[in-house]
Amino acid sequence: MYKYDQYDQQMVDTRVEEFRDQVRRRLSGELTEEQFRPLRLQNGLYLQLHAYMLRVAVPYGTLSSAQMKVLGDIADKYDRGYGHFTTRQNIQYNWIKLEDTPDILADLAAVEMHAIQTSGNCIRNISSDQYAGAAADEIVDPRPYAELLRQWSSFHPEFLTLPRKFKIAVIASETDRAAMRLHDIGIKMVKNDAGEIGCQFYVGGGMGRTPMIGPMIREFVPLDQLITYSEACLRVYNRYGRRDNKYKARIKILVHELGKEEYTRQVEEEFAHLLTQGIEPPLAELERIKPYFDDPAFEAGASDDLDLSDPDFRLWVERNTHAHKQAGYVIATVSLKPVGGIPGDASADQIRLMADLAKEYSFDELRVTHAQNIVFPHVRKADLYTVWQKLDEAGLGTANLDSVGDIIACPGLDYCSLANARSIPVAQKISERFGSAEKQAEIGELKLKISGCINACGHHHAGHIGILGVDRKGVENYQLLLGGSEGADTSLGKITGPGFDEDGIVDAVEKATNVYLANKQGEERFLDTYRRIGMDPFKEAIYG
Amino acid sequence: MKILTGNDLKTGAVTWWTGVGWSLDVNDAADVGDNGAAVIAREEGAQNVFAAYVIDGEKTAEGVRPAHIKDRIRALGPTVRPDLTLKPSDPNALNWVI
Repeated sequence: MYKYDQYDQQMVDTRVEEFRDQVRRRLSGELTEEQFRPLRLQNGLYLQLHAYMLRVAVPYGTLSSAQMKVLGDIADKYDRGYGHFTTRQNIQYNWIKLEDTPDILADLAAVEMHAIQTSGNCIRNISSDQYAGAAADEIVDPRPYAELLRQWSSFHPEFLTLPRKFKIAVIASETDRAAMRLHDIGIKMVKNDAGEIGCQFYVGGGMGRTPMIGPMIREFVPLDQLITYSEACLRVYNRYGRRDNKYKARIKILVHELGKEEYTRQVEEEFAHLLTQGIEPPLAELERIKPYFDDPAFEAGASDDLDLSDPDFRLWVERNTHAHKQAGYVIATVSLKPVGGIPGDASADQIRLMADLAKEYSFDELRVTHAQNIVFPHVRKADLYTVWQKLDEAGLGTANLDSVGDIIACPGLDYCSLANARSIPVAQKISERFGSAEKQAEIGELKLKISGCINACGHHHAGHIGILGVDRKGVENYQLLLGGSEGADTSLGKITGPGFDEDGIVDAVEKATNVYLANKQGEERFLDTYRRIGMDPFKEAIYG
Repeated sequence: MKILTGNDLKTGAVTWWTGVGWSLDVNDAADVGDNGAAVIAREEGAQNVFAAYVIDGEKTAEGVRPAHIKDRIRALGPTVRPDLTLKPSDPNALNWVI
């Protein structure tokens, strides 16, 4: 994985000391909260419902064991013994003290991490496919390109005060595992007829109160124009994106209001101009980055045999592992969704255990997924049973990936100052209702996503079943959506009808799954059946 | 009643105005009547708290209860982690929050 050069390290170290001084001035009263707020937000420090919250960037979701271990240590030393992995492949700490923050950032900088641009109207952490570099179906590892974009977007002076926040995802396979088309810019690495690798650009996707699927605006951008084309997309947005209304300030609104054709025309015009300016980094920089993402030293001839005589292990292998490009290896996903648990939360001990296991069994590497799980990208099949046993002993052996128990949920009103309703208790109740392995197996793949407000951090628009918490005169109420998807077949869910209370929404989810089970044909997933039979049978069952 | 809440500058912890100072326990909250804005100006100016605001509340036999669910959750802690609330040993502590 990528290693900081002297410039990366100097930038991060300098920022730590700068923020240390800013915190000192805030605590001494030299800075008011109004003056300090944008400074702390630029360093990922929010004020949430109960305390300061620190959001730490995990570039394209990739972590080393040493980094993961520090994340666990921070949870112990500065927080309350746990961290929360987020839907943007980051980690959040919920109980941070302002006076500790510079030391936390220094601890992070020591392992090449930071919290810069995890807040504010700037380009946020670049996200990617959690299976990058390991999946059998990718045409190329997308992370070198994500890393180049990270370097370009870090402290980019022109894009630090955009109309709104800006999220970019990069993938390199037909199977979209990063919700690429629901980002401000989605980049899909593709191969053209000549066999050259390039970038397909999708712009103007997003969730929130106005969900949009990003349209493709260019089929192929050569690698030596990636940054220039990205700059053109951002520059048009920065120039014409609305600043008068924060609810209409995202690029999706600009693309929608201008129309894809006109936005594209303006981007192309800007692109042509920028090409004359020579802003593209030389391809040598990309070539410098690429070797950091070279394959690890896989064991040639590693055995593909797996002893599946332990039924619990068999179930976990069936659900939580994915084909690896290298014979004798698998990609293993650690579910952070135990039955009745809090989606995305892991204790300090669990975080450190995963760090240790990755060091020993996954070439020192882990990934954070946007579904709030952790991936060991390169596990030798011969080691898999040992890995699972150690995970299971620590409460991390749940076999439910992409099933109804693998729920994405935002922190909701239990932690978030923007939320209107709690998300986590609903996730816990659904997880318990559908907790049995038999029930989950019967239902199969079902992506259920819960947001506690219209900002949609829980991706409810993209859930096969989505749940949106709203405030009805001070009382929590939950709307049900069906038919969303964030994969290659991206679609937006539709609201079924009137909302429910906390128990009612759990019942409604069960009724929806019963309709699916009664109507499914062959190997259809929930989503397939919904798309075939439509909303009406579900509404009839839910509202009678 | 009108009660005043904010966050401690150093820790970010939720605090409640008692009439003479700040407390972590909502039950210590005082009725600020129409004086909320003046207290906020003074206390934020003195760097004692930040992000302070006045909310509606009710004095019940069991204690002071903020009117809105968001402030009730702020008052006690996350409902999904009773071990992290202000009264982790009280199994009924969360009963009035939801």
